[in-house]
Amino acid sequence: MTDFWTVLGIWIGALATLSIWSFLYKDNPFYKFAEQIFVGVSAAYWFIFTIYNVLIPNLFDKLITDFNSNWLLLIPGLLGIMMLMKIFPKYDWLGKYPIALMIGTTAGLSLVRFLETDVINQIIATMINPLNSGSAVVAFGQVILIVGTISGLVYFYFSKKHEGFTGGVAKTGIIFLMVSFGAAFGFTAMARISLLIGRLQFLLGDWLGLLR
Amino acid sequence: MSKKNISQHSASNEGKQISKIDRRWIFLFILLGVSIPLLIPFGFEIEVTPNVKMVYDLVNSAHPGDRILLSFDYDPASKPEIQPAAEAMIQHAIDKDLKIVAIALWPMGVSLMNEIYEKKSDNLNYGVNFINLGYTAGGMVAIQSMGRNFIDVFPRDANGDDVRNFDIMRDVRNFNDFSFVASFSSGTPGMREWIMVAGDSYGLPVTGSTTAVSTPGFLPYINEQRQLIGLIGGLKAAAEYEKLVGIPGTATAGMDAQSIAHLIIIIFIIIGNVAWYLNKHKSKKEA
Repeated sequence: MTDFWTVLGIWIGALATLSIWSFLYKDNPFYKFAEQIFVGVSAAYWFIFTIYNVLIPNLFDKLITDFNSNWLLLIPGLLGIMMLMKIFPKYDWLGKYPIALMIGTTAGLSLVRFLETDVINQIIATMINPLNSGSAVVAFGQVILIVGTISGLVYFYFSKKHEGFTGGVAKTGIIFLMVSFGAAFGFTAMARISLLIGRLQFLLGDWLGLLR
Repeated sequence: MSKKNISQHSASNEGKQISKIDRRWIFLFILLGVSIPLLIPFGFEIEVTPNVKMVYDLVNSAHPGDRILLSFDYDPASKPEIQPAAEAMIQHAIDKDLKIVAIALWPMGVSLMNEIYEKKSDNLNYGVNFINLGYTAGGMVAIQSMGRNFIDVFPRDANGDDVRNFDIMRDVRNFNDFSFVASFSSGTPGMREWIMVAGDSYGLPVTGSTTAVSTPGFLPYINEQRQLIGLIGGLKAAAEYEKLVGIPGTATAGMDAQSIAHLIIIIFIIIGNVAWYLNKHKSKKEA
């Protein structure tokens, strides 16, 4: 037998879903109530989760159990406290240093990674010889890939006026861009419908028990 | 008024009326289009696409006893799309007798992972062919650290026990001790970080599942460089994986509804475009 708390959770989930959906008809108090509850519960959940799953195991536990090996953790701990100073107008300047450190470190790390993954490896992946592909279908796909990449790049090349041959290639690039936007829109529509399916499977199945 | 003018006038009026249709009718049609096939399935055929087959082949190529890394990088907002793929892959790994090391780069990924573990617990022996190492903060930096020394990042499992006490983790040092990593990802940190660090820097094969919205952004990584080995993009692809594994789940159950909803959207796009054309035609006439 399903326990009381599970049933209660399903009912709260179902009523919250219907309240949020009611906005599709028009704005109303049920929607506002569910929205406020969601925001409040999310904030509280994240706050508690961060304390118990990030701060305690990664900082406090290590400092308490083995201070000598982990005393360096005092530095990130201090930086964290400095970041919290942003809430006091008099000391908010202290928060600038940890933020600057975070931005600098993240930018430095990401630059190398993005350069390797999104530039170098992507360029190498486009340097292919369709004549060696072994099958006509694969070769055709590879030709499309090469033409699409080059024409797309030409479209974003603004140091030469888009006319004549350059204009023709840029126009081809626009066609490829439009196709990719269409594909992206199609995937987005599919994703939204998938989420609706998930909610309806919950409402019709878990809540009402109508699905086999 | 001539016969031709009368027909043009009525057509442009229809165009105006169509463009004024209350959007709530569209919502209602979509709701019915999704609900009815869920209640009365039609059983449309599901075709397996090459990207999903690549993921399946990668899992299939692992040998019994091999260790695989599954990263749960999503939250309940993306659960309907990604959870079925994760479930199907875990089932596949169980069938292949692989050892599953599960981690999460998103905090809520841990509880979603536990949901699957509870469902499959009859076939999973904790500490022997499955372990839940819980959540780690740090995203890209954490992945980099795992590549150097995995145990440094996860010294304890989600229950707080020393991972060295479990058979499955006994000889784990770094990414070399895994056959591949699968990221179930709905944002950052997620699949992109796994590709950048685990794949491109450490050479660990990367695969996984993303939401359909993110899918176009990941397709360029499936290339000659094998930056990403296949992709389960969205619910449709998860249904394909379920078909390959031979165990229809929630993704398969949702495919009829997905198809009908897409059909309704296509019909409304056509109606909208016809209305736009008729209105444009009328405006030109008036000008």
